[in-house]
Amino acid sequence: MSMQDTLDTASRKLLERAAPGRVDFENLVVVPLFAVVAALILGALTMLATSVEPATIGRSYLALLQGSVGSLAAISETLTAAAPLILAGLGLALGFRAGLFNIGAEGQILMGGMAAVICGFSFSHLPFAVLMPLCVISGGAAGAFYASIAGWLRAATGAHEVITTIMLNMISYRLVDYMLRLPWVQRPGRADPISQSVPPNAELPALLQWLDPNLRLHAGIFLTLLAVVVVYWLLFRTKLGFEFRASGASPEAARYAGMRASLIIVLAMATAGMLAGLAGANQVLGVLGRASPGFSAGIGFDAIAVALLGRSHPVGVLFAGLLFGALEAGGRQMQVDAGVSIDLIGIIQALIIVFIAAPLLVRALFPWGFRRPDSGDGRS
Amino acid sequence: MEVELRGITKRFGPVVANQDVNLTIRPGEVLGLLGENGAGKSTLMNVLCGLYRPDAGEILIDGAPVSFSGPGDAIAAGIGMVHQHFMLVPVFTVAENVVLGVEPTGRFDHLDLETARRKVREIGEAYGLTADPDALVEGLPVGVQQRVEIIKVLFRSANVLILDEPTAVLTPQEVSDFFEIVTSLRDSGKAIVFITHKLNEILDISDRISVLRGGRIIGEGDPRQMTKAQLAEMMVGRPVRFDVEKTSFAPGEALLEVDGLTVLRDNGELAVDNVSLSVRSGEVVGLAGVQGNGQSALIEAITGLSRPAQGRIRFLGEDITAASVRSRHRMGMAHIPEDRQHVGLIPGFTVAENMVLDSYYDDRFSRGPQVRWTNVQEWSAGAILDFDIRTPSVFAEAGHLSGGNQQKLIVARELARDTKFVVAAQPTRGLDVGSIEYIHARLMAARAEGDGVLLMSSELDEILALADRILVMFKGRIVAEFHTSEAPPEKSEIGLAMAGVAA
Repeated sequence: MSMQDTLDTASRKLLERAAPGRVDFENLVVVPLFAVVAALILGALTMLATSVEPATIGRSYLALLQGSVGSLAAISETLTAAAPLILAGLGLALGFRAGLFNIGAEGQILMGGMAAVICGFSFSHLPFAVLMPLCVISGGAAGAFYASIAGWLRAATGAHEVITTIMLNMISYRLVDYMLRLPWVQRPGRADPISQSVPPNAELPALLQWLDPNLRLHAGIFLTLLAVVVVYWLLFRTKLGFEFRASGASPEAARYAGMRASLIIVLAMATAGMLAGLAGANQVLGVLGRASPGFSAGIGFDAIAVALLGRSHPVGVLFAGLLFGALEAGGRQMQVDAGVSIDLIGIIQALIIVFIAAPLLVRALFPWGFRRPDSGDGRS
Repeated sequence: MEVELRGITKRFGPVVANQDVNLTIRPGEVLGLLGENGAGKSTLMNVLCGLYRPDAGEILIDGAPVSFSGPGDAIAAGIGMVHQHFMLVPVFTVAENVVLGVEPTGRFDHLDLETARRKVREIGEAYGLTADPDALVEGLPVGVQQRVEIIKVLFRSANVLILDEPTAVLTPQEVSDFFEIVTSLRDSGKAIVFITHKLNEILDISDRISVLRGGRIIGEGDPRQMTKAQLAEMMVGRPVRFDVEKTSFAPGEALLEVDGLTVLRDNGELAVDNVSLSVRSGEVVGLAGVQGNGQSALIEAITGLSRPAQGRIRFLGEDITAASVRSRHRMGMAHIPEDRQHVGLIPGFTVAENMVLDSYYDDRFSRGPQVRWTNVQEWSAGAILDFDIRTPSVFAEAGHLSGGNQQKLIVARELARDTKFVVAAQPTRGLDVGSIEYIHARLMAARAEGDGVLLMSSELDEILALADRILVMFKGRIVAEFHTSEAPPEKSEIGLAMAGVAA
């Protein structure tokens, strides 16, 4: 073999991707799976401890399953609930990757939703092909603008984004309440704070109403799937995504490498806010048809859990969002069929996150699911 | 007290850190333990001081087998370790630090500091370990802090002292003081294990040398009959060159001109005080000095990581005082940073990603907004082979490479392009001789191609071997300049300048 051949072989070997290791598989698949199982078991124990009959517990988990994936209607509900969680979760995941702990998705959703509603009824004369995209875009833009305030504060003054985004959430609640009573926003003839309706030509079209008019699934799910692909591409295939990830993993190394920290912070916050804003637009244009106080309904906070459960990876966020959507939809069925309050679902969701955050606990609870760890870290 | 390690084997999962190691530590003797990073020195010593349990083999003290279930047992048996990173409470006094954990107490648990002070003085007089018992540790020079660590071990009546890379943090003057202390400890009958990868020191101080490689004892011997070359070959497993091959000194025009530079620290203190210097093409300028005398701040200003308060920096004839890091990089400035773990690399990123950390935006590696990862990976594979970086694949996490290979990765990234000027800060700190040899050769190759090199190092030997001109920094100023092209300067002269004694 000639020298050149030897080099080629060596370099080919370096370019071979190792098969994903057992450890990766355990961390990405086994731990979340067992976390869900453990949370369901603890949920059952909670019901037991609060004097719910074992038979009722069985019925409620059956209802949870049926209400989430048991029928076409159930799947439609699951997807409808999952879409905004995934959209906002993607934004938060992107922020986490860039080292920004954005708590402000809730406010960004509200701002994005308001912008989409206002755009919808203000330009109701425009045709669907123009108006619907315009409303979606204005939702994203409003979210981006609102989040970049926190980004700018961080970059320019060092104010921590956890604090500023929480405060911006507070401001957004009241700002929405205030705006909903403005004469040009409030629905004519109403005294309560509620906006004018989104005209039909601004709505995200329902997809399955030709089968059954009660199926709520709408075109926002395509927007969501597109967002998953775009965020993946942005994070892992682009220069900007590389800068986001580098700044998040090591701000010092990013600075050394000549990346512009302030710009990156503002851009990452804006992108995260855009995704949350899209989640808001998705809600008002696809589900609610109007804005009312607190229409974000805690999606922005649930999305934090979704992003964490999804390990800040777009595909992980997709699955985590689907799971939370399923719990949401199934929880409503549970309440109807078994009379168990939907609050239990909130408990189970929270427990899942606790278990995800404590992988060692999951490993201790289900030792047979994991390979025995080695006796040390192998370094001397 | 004689300590014998017999057939010690220690495994971490599939990795064998120590394999059937036999070692005898005798009173009144300094045993030099030599080995590359990862050779198993620290594991072996952690077995000896009770932190790890061996998988096989036994420890014998004066012929009787003992078993340690924790560091407490080893201390009780008279084995004490002085760690490379000091374990002192900065806001406590010397006496308080020495008694911490084994405080002498009077009635009602009253802390008896007077006894502590007396003991510190006694130990100090007995072994020449002078330290003021009432001084706060945070205000003491590193060399004295190290003495406090040794007093701590002696206070716990250790007869065997393990010194882990003790000279890494000391100036040349402090090293010779330190050797005197080691000698007096030895003469008083203590057994000393001196761990290092510095060949000169081990030859100077040891009575016996054991070399570890790949977890096994590769050789033992008498330092009087061994040479540096033999030891290095044992340690690395192949012959090593020490004389850095240098082409003749033919400097060209000035590449970097620093004029009246003043840099402040974050707290407003003066870090660099009105410094002027120039580096010419084909010239290596060594920046010597004890850590914390402004060298790092000077380098940050030159590479664009911080803005100077005053002064000008010109590079290739252009004023770059306010230029960004990236524009300096584009002009051909390479920077091997001091802190490779936190600044030079991102440990959680792949080798390929780290290879383009500061050049991903280049046309070779990107098109429009996208990074062309295939190009990055292919180019990285080439650089890995070129620079002899040991990694299983370009997709391996950089944090999983050994220190030497991480540094080679950084050197590869910085030098595998057309550079004009190289800033190298502590390029070989903590590396084994094999990697040091390689990185020195690469720096010399850059010099031979006409690059200017600014080399900052706290290793005087390194600066003497590579530099054409040596600048010594003390308290933010350049206090001495030596030319090596004519007659090599005396090490002691440079050492004195580093300590702030005017030449």
